[in-house]
Amino acid sequence: MKYSIIVTLKKDVLDPQGKVVENTLKNMGLNSLKSVRQGKYFEIEVEEKNEEVADKEVTQMCEKLLANLIIEDYKINKL
Amino acid sequence: MNSSVIVFPGSNCDRDIAVALEKMQFKNKMVWHKDTNLPKSDLIVIPGGFSYGDYLRSGAIAGKSLIINEIIKAANSGCLILGICNGFQILTETGLLKGTLLRNKNLKFINKDVNIKVINNKTKFTSKYNLNQILKINIAHNEGNYFTKETHLKELNNENLIAFKYCDEKGVVNDRSNPNGALENIAGIFNAKKNILGMMPHPERMVDEMISNTDGVNLFSSLINK
Repeated sequence: MKYSIIVTLKKDVLDPQGKVVENTLKNMGLNSLKSVRQGKYFEIEVEEKNEEVADKEVTQMCEKLLANLIIEDYKINKL
Repeated sequence: MNSSVIVFPGSNCDRDIAVALEKMQFKNKMVWHKDTNLPKSDLIVIPGGFSYGDYLRSGAIAGKSLIINEIIKAANSGCLILGICNGFQILTETGLLKGTLLRNKNLKFINKDVNIKVINNKTKFTSKYNLNQILKINIAHNEGNYFTKETHLKELNNENLIAFKYCDEKGVVNDRSNPNGALENIAGIFNAKKNILGMMPHPERMVDEMISNTDGVNLFSSLINK
């Protein structure tokens, strides 16, 4: 099974890289831009065939390593 | 006293800390991160550097290495643990210290000597310093912006778990004397039992008048005479 995972900084955590990208896009004249948040993207493939078990395992991967839950949120999508 | 310095691929302050420890009469051993046996240690040091090239997040990969389980066991049985710079980042990733270190507010790698103030000198790490003593210590990091939950920040203040704060040369703690945006200018913290210290500044770089100053010496002499 294949998953995609997006990790982003929580809303109330300052994202200085996103801010710089945002300012740069505005400077380039892209005036309709409202805001930018930068994150990380992972594609993960697991051998497990049982969907429920695989889902659980991928959730564990996110919570134990891929995201730091103090400052980051994660979103899992099935591919 | 016996000390162990943990070495990860990408550690680059491991030799400096070993030199500092030996100078202060510690019997030191270097321990590779894949080892599963920790030598008998009164002090474990997780050194600065860029373990695993800061992949994923600073300290995240090192925080899951084989030796970490042994360090967690030792920490829980009261062994003294010191994490410097990347070592501090690794300690937060293992959960031994709460909170995390975000990217510096100005997005720049900062390498300079800064002033820090001793906030708690009643610990095994800081007993040789005076309360509110101002030290000049080098920082060299890209992610040193300490962040934690509000409840933990309260605990840090109420339980006197803040070790050092960034300040100016007169000891003033404010936004202007905060190099990286850390909450309340925090430069180093203890765990609840005060046997673990994580700090961004590098005391091991301040043990020789010839190359810098000796403001870091008392951290090690506090430990050896604890």
